[in-house]
Amino acid sequence: MTIEVTNKLTSKDFSSDQEVRWCPGCGDYSILKQVQTVLPDLGRPKEEFVFVSGIGCSSRFPYYMDTFGMHSIHGRATAIATGLKSSRPDLSVWIVTGDGDSMSIGGNHFIHLLRRNPDLNVLLFNNQIYGLTKGQYSPTSEQGKVTKSSPMGSLDHPFNPIALCLGAEGTFVARTMDRDPKHQQAIIRRGYEHKGTSLIEIYQNCNVFNDGAFEIFTEKSSKKEETLMMEHGKPLVFGENSDKGIKLDGFKPVIVNLNDVSVNDLWVHDETDLVKATIISRFYDNPKTEGHFPRPFGVFYVNNDRATYDDQLNIQVADAIEKYGVGDLDKLIAGRETWVVN
Amino acid sequence: MSTVDTNIESVVIRFAGDSGDGMQLTGTQFTNSTALFGNDLATFPDFPAEIRAPLGTMAGVSAFQIHFGSKKINTPGDESDVLVAMNAAALKVNIKNLKKGGVIIINTDGFDPKNLRLANVPEGQNPLENGSLAGYDVKLVDVTKITRAALNDSGLGVKEIDRCKNMFVLGLIYYMYHRPIENTIEFIKGKFKKNQVVADANIKVLQAGWNYGDTTETFANRYVVAPASMEAGVYRSVMGNEAAAMGLVAASVKSKLPLFYGTYPITPASDILHDLSKYKNFNVRTFQAEDEIAGICSSIGAAFGGQLAITGSSGPGIALKGEAIGLATMLELPLVIINIQRAGPSTGMPTKTEQADLLQAYYGRNGECPVVILAAQSPSDCFYLAFEACKIALEHMIPVFFLSDGYIANGAEPWKFPNSKDLADIHVEFVKPRNNEDEKFMPYSRDEKLARPWALPGTKGLEHRIGGIEKQNITGNISYDAANHELMTKLRQEKVDLVANYIPDQKIDAGDESGDLLILGWGGTYGALKTATQILINEGHKVSHAHVRYLSPFPKNLGELMSKFKTVVVPELNNGQLVKIIRDKYFVDAIPYNKIQGQPFMSNEVVSKIKEILA
Ligand SMILES: Cc1ncc(C[n+]2csc(CCOP(=O)(O)OP(=O)(O)O)c2C)c(N)n1
Ligand code: SF4
Ligand SMILES: [Mg+2]
Repeated sequence: MTIEVTNKLTSKDFSSDQEVRWCPGCGDYSILKQVQTVLPDLGRPKEEFVFVSGIGCSSRFPYYMDTFGMHSIHGRATAIATGLKSSRPDLSVWIVTGDGDSMSIGGNHFIHLLRRNPDLNVLLFNNQIYGLTKGQYSPTSEQGKVTKSSPMGSLDHPFNPIALCLGAEGTFVARTMDRDPKHQQAIIRRGYEHKGTSLIEIYQNCNVFNDGAFEIFTEKSSKKEETLMMEHGKPLVFGENSDKGIKLDGFKPVIVNLNDVSVNDLWVHDETDLVKATIISRFYDNPKTEGHFPRPFGVFYVNNDRATYDDQLNIQVADAIEKYGVGDLDKLIAGRETWVVN
Repeated sequence: MSTVDTNIESVVIRFAGDSGDGMQLTGTQFTNSTALFGNDLATFPDFPAEIRAPLGTMAGVSAFQIHFGSKKINTPGDESDVLVAMNAAALKVNIKNLKKGGVIIINTDGFDPKNLRLANVPEGQNPLENGSLAGYDVKLVDVTKITRAALNDSGLGVKEIDRCKNMFVLGLIYYMYHRPIENTIEFIKGKFKKNQVVADANIKVLQAGWNYGDTTETFANRYVVAPASMEAGVYRSVMGNEAAAMGLVAASVKSKLPLFYGTYPITPASDILHDLSKYKNFNVRTFQAEDEIAGICSSIGAAFGGQLAITGSSGPGIALKGEAIGLATMLELPLVIINIQRAGPSTGMPTKTEQADLLQAYYGRNGECPVVILAAQSPSDCFYLAFEACKIALEHMIPVFFLSDGYIANGAEPWKFPNSKDLADIHVEFVKPRNNEDEKFMPYSRDEKLARPWALPGTKGLEHRIGGIEKQNITGNISYDAANHELMTKLRQEKVDLVANYIPDQKIDAGDESGDLLILGWGGTYGALKTATQILINEGHKVSHAHVRYLSPFPKNLGELMSKFKTVVVPELNNGQLVKIIRDKYFVDAIPYNKIQGQPFMSNEVVSKIKEILA
């Protein structure tokens, strides 16, 4: 047996010397911790990681990671990361963005990122509020929300981020939450492993401007009843005593009691089924309404067949070189027709 | 038939027709053959914004003007000697630009009742019949009819046949001016490789045009324009955008960095994207983004990754890029921003030229955000200044603006192109990997140019964060320190100013080093100002011309150069922009001279204006 001498990385290696400046109790801390826990285990040299963010509380993230990083401008990290990954496919590129950063000002780039599918990872911190600008409603805030900019309640109907991402042709769409470290780590790892754009929506509590927005999903007392933890190949079961399930009645999902219906008749989660992912992404109703569905967490959809943008771009370059040879500058400058003046 | 050959020194021909008539192609083909023949030349495509404006209307008229000669040609010419009018609308729009007594070649079929109506010609006022063309040398040709007759057994439909009309005109003009047609035949064969029938039809009609000239009395007068005596060397014909794209590729080769071009289509900048996307075998990556913001941001990402990163647009797109230009300035990464200017704010006049974005390049961002600004003065100059923009960006770690405009972007001229080995080297060095025991890497440390080190992701031991928030000098850490912000603001300006140590002195282009009046121009007005200056000098005026290509920073000697003249006049195709900066920076009482019509200067109008100022 040989003894392997490796400088195994630890989470400490990924912590920068900058003081973390989020409000005490903010959900962002947990996400930072889980990322710093997962990264050392990925077997990749630290210098290959790049974190690119926009603007927002969440977007301060790169400063706290001792990796390469860019804290850019509001909404544009997606575009910057696309340019970086397209030209440097050797890097592991991560985007950190907020609900406002990604779906308000950066909405355009966000949807185009997903359809292009470069091989990078998106951590979308959804706190359903604008944190950095001190508490205005965001594109994911529930309608009627009273905030500083909506004293009589907001008028905007919110996005359903998962449905949006599926509609934008995302190839890996998942949801997790700040308060479940294990689940978060597992999803982040899966996101990293996916070849293509991995979109991970993370429910993140902003305890200053939108405290408790996700309490019902994260608190022990209600979590089991209100969340649906999806696992590939497993039936959709939830409830305090795992006594409820989801069954498909044609295209219509129904909640059934497992005392009446066999587990074998339940909907079995299939990550590769876009139609089913689309249906389950619609479990997005207000938990206060009668007969509402539990909120799903885990991987909604994975498509491993779509080529990545960076691969395709670089293949075109390689093909062009193979077909025409490495470009000859003098030939290019001379063009097709020249004449001589004596 | 006996023909008479007349020698002429130069001639201006304007091809005008409906935008579906293929006038741009006709003009370009004539240009290439004329260039190959050895004349000096300049061209001016003047096309409508609508791709297919209603057929036969004034809005749909597309024109192409070429000025060629046996002498030095600086501009596409003020007025045309020959006008080709494919229909009534084309005549109506372009006749005001024709010299008194000039030649008009008319496609009579384009003056039928329908075409007259579409051109809003009042009943009974057909210009071919009402005597309004009496002062001109009018040559009537049934282009459509003859083309149809020539191709009636070709198996093509009427629509396809009519599309060959322009080749008839081209053949005829080739005949009139003794141009070889072989080059165009080769072109047609290449273009219709996959459609032999169409290729044959076009060639047949081209020859029919030539033969028509040869057999018809109307064209008994032919003209000889001898090759120009140009500097010895190998030449090609080149358009501005084409030259710019090649300049960028040349910089990529010389710096040994892959080129990344992030952009969004917009007139008149799109051809740079079209060209670069064909050059993938030069390790070029083009990215057609979802908008201009994503275009520049993708390039910023690529610059972070160590590419030669470029973004390009026209004014409206540059407006969208503003915030990201600020980011690049804070990141101190190399980035070239191309602006092919067009006329007016908002959409303005997309296909018309103007040089109204200089102040935008100078000041058009929040905070204080100085950048380097270069402006090309002719189609071939686009090559050299695009190259230079890349060199400065890379060697100084700074965003650089490259300004061009619709006029030179689409204009063509003969170019004695350089050999790649004669181009300057571009020196780029990335920071080397480090180990734990090495000194900590400082991303905002600086060299003598105040450039910071370029440390690429993927390099061991260089992990660092950059961003748009104010940086502490040297460490690059976030800093809200009052004194540091002032220091950094001044440093960013000084970094631009220091570029002046690395650029050539301003030269006088024509005239003496001192005199009564200096014409100080920039950008695409070069040819017109040069011609005007020559005329003024020949008439005995003490006038000189200098053309500024480096606009930020200015060449170090510019102030002194201006001081040798009693008067400085700044002609611009805008409402007065360079003149503002010159007055501000040098306290020179420079006189603005402005034209804001979406059209280039004519040399004659410049001459008149300067005489008026001198009087
Ligand atoms: C161009 C621009 N517009 C507006 C802002 C102000 N701004 C900064 S962050 C932000 C919203 C952030 O919300 P979100 O993305 O949800 O991030 P969070 O702070 O909640 O993590 C706004 C409006 C800005 N920085 N730049
Ligand atoms: S404002 Fe909210 S999101 Fe921002 S740091 Fe504080 S708690 Fe976190
Ligand atoms: Mg938010």
